Amino acid sequence: MTTSTLESPFKPLPKRRGFDLQGASFTTLAGAAALIIALMVAVIMGNIVLNGWSSVTWEFLSGAPRDGMTRGGIFPAIYGTVLLVLLMVAALVPFGVGAAVYLHEYADQTAWSTRAVRFAVNNLAGVPSIVFGLFGLGFFIQFLGAGIDRALGLDVVYGKPALMWAALTLAMLNLPVVIVTTEEALKTVPREMREASLALGATRWQTVRHVLVPQALPGILTGAILAISRGAGEVAPILFTGAAYFLPFLPSSPTDQFMELGYHIFVLATQSPDIDATRPLLYGTVLVLLALTFLLNLTAITLRARLRASLAGRS
Amino acid sequence: MPVNASTPEMPALQKPIVPERVPAPETVAAALHPPRLATHDFQFYYGAVHALKGISIAMPSNSVTAIIGPSGCGKSTLLRSFNRMNDLIPGVRVEGRVEVSGQDVYAHGIDVVELRRRVGMVFQRPNPFPKSIFENVAFGLNMLGLHDRGELSARVEDCLRRAALWDEVKDRLDRSALQLSGGQQQRLCIARCLAVEPEVILMDEPASALDPTATARVEELVLELKSRYTIVVVTHNMQQAARISNQTAFMLQGELVEFDETRRMFTSPRAKLTEDYITGRFG
Repeated sequence: MTTSTLESPFKPLPKRRGFDLQGASFTTLAGAAALIIALMVAVIMGNIVLNGWSSVTWEFLSGAPRDGMTRGGIFPAIYGTVLLVLLMVAALVPFGVGAAVYLHEYADQTAWSTRAVRFAVNNLAGVPSIVFGLFGLGFFIQFLGAGIDRALGLDVVYGKPALMWAALTLAMLNLPVVIVTTEEALKTVPREMREASLALGATRWQTVRHVLVPQALPGILTGAILAISRGAGEVAPILFTGAAYFLPFLPSSPTDQFMELGYHIFVLATQSPDIDATRPLLYGTVLVLLALTFLLNLTAITLRARLRASLAGRS
Repeated sequence: MPVNASTPEMPALQKPIVPERVPAPETVAAALHPPRLATHDFQFYYGAVHALKGISIAMPSNSVTAIIGPSGCGKSTLLRSFNRMNDLIPGVRVEGRVEVSGQDVYAHGIDVVELRRRVGMVFQRPNPFPKSIFENVAFGLNMLGLHDRGELSARVEDCLRRAALWDEVKDRLDRSALQLSGGQQQRLCIARCLAVEPEVILMDEPASALDPTATARVEELVLELKSRYTIVVVTHNMQQAARISNQTAFMLQGELVEFDETRRMFTSPRAKLTEDYITGRFG
């Protein structure tokens, strides 16, 4: 500590200015931006809740549309949406996680083929959703579905718009999200965990299965949550692949068509013979779609919170 | 260290030291029939970096061998060659032989998974899985396909007892291992390693992240375990090497400078560099 008493060879350090104008302006602007976003959400939500609340009755939730969609309920659309999202997740998560595990754990990171796959995944994320819809129609229905029909000697069973093709198309759309979030989650698993497992004589697959994937599970669920949020609301990919304008029955098989809330909103908003009679139903449907997405998300978020607590040793 | 640069004899590490290699004396060699771990003119490269330069060493069964040396001398690299943990790093290359119980671990067609079961490892930072205490110890057994609850329980208890942890955790085996203290976690990692019945236990600075009390307990444990296992400990701490090891290897810049019985090494080292290092002139 002898140096502090020595004479400094430099001139005195500049004094700090009294008021930090840059800092204060930035804080104000950032705060204002955050406030505007919160206000926008509040206005949208408030408008929907206030206008839609009175339409959401038991009859509305449990009944089918009647009188040219000017009366009745939306149960077939709720049922179809839930089924669609669950089927999508069932197809998407195993496939996406498998691809991410391969890319992160097995693939040679320097190989051109690995880079090409990554490039493809990133580009897939940028493809407009209507293109996915057309792809689903062309690939799943006209190529795969019609091919199955031909091979089995069936009439038209698989070669037409159906719940399964719509779910697969939505799964394709969300694949990049799940792959990227899973890879990020795998990256956050400490190297020590991998080493501990291998040093105990576990094989690479056992390490992936029992150490890495369990620890990456909260991140994988984040991907699933994002996919659910997007999947429940996307209309374009299911337009050609399975969503129906109106169906007098509920889908009972993956090859049936279905009604869906997002598409139903579009139908109510544009195809109604009496827009004034439809308006309350429209608000109600939007409110139900938001609530349903929120509910599906909440389930996944709760599950993720439990997993995180257990991984952090608080259980 | 660099503040007090008053010792003129301190070798400057910037200029290359050519370590004089001292052959192991007869007494150590005589005790090695057969050596549990051995290397013969072992060369190790990380890409273009020549990390181990012709290491030849033989470590006897049922004893503790300490490997000491300054940071970057290659002691961890040598340790991690015995269970081929270095394989995880891309771009490594080896020449020469590394033997565990007479078997060349780098030979073609060797089962690395089985090698790692036989040669256990304890790491610098305690690394229990975010699972229960029981599941941690049972992990290696589960991986071998053992799922019988009764047998697992008996084996887990046995390992926790041998790791001197049983009395502290017997009432909370289903609680998360992350709730244990650092020292307890490290003993849990030792128990987890014992569960798959290794012949050799490699320890990479096992106490450097622990407080003095926890360190003392891990050291006691090492002394107890050596009756059944062959133990190699890499350590920065020369007092620790002196306390727990039967023989000590001193490494510097990828070379094995001296290997001898610990008592002799710390009282009358034969190489000048060893003397300088253990008396604290550099390192």
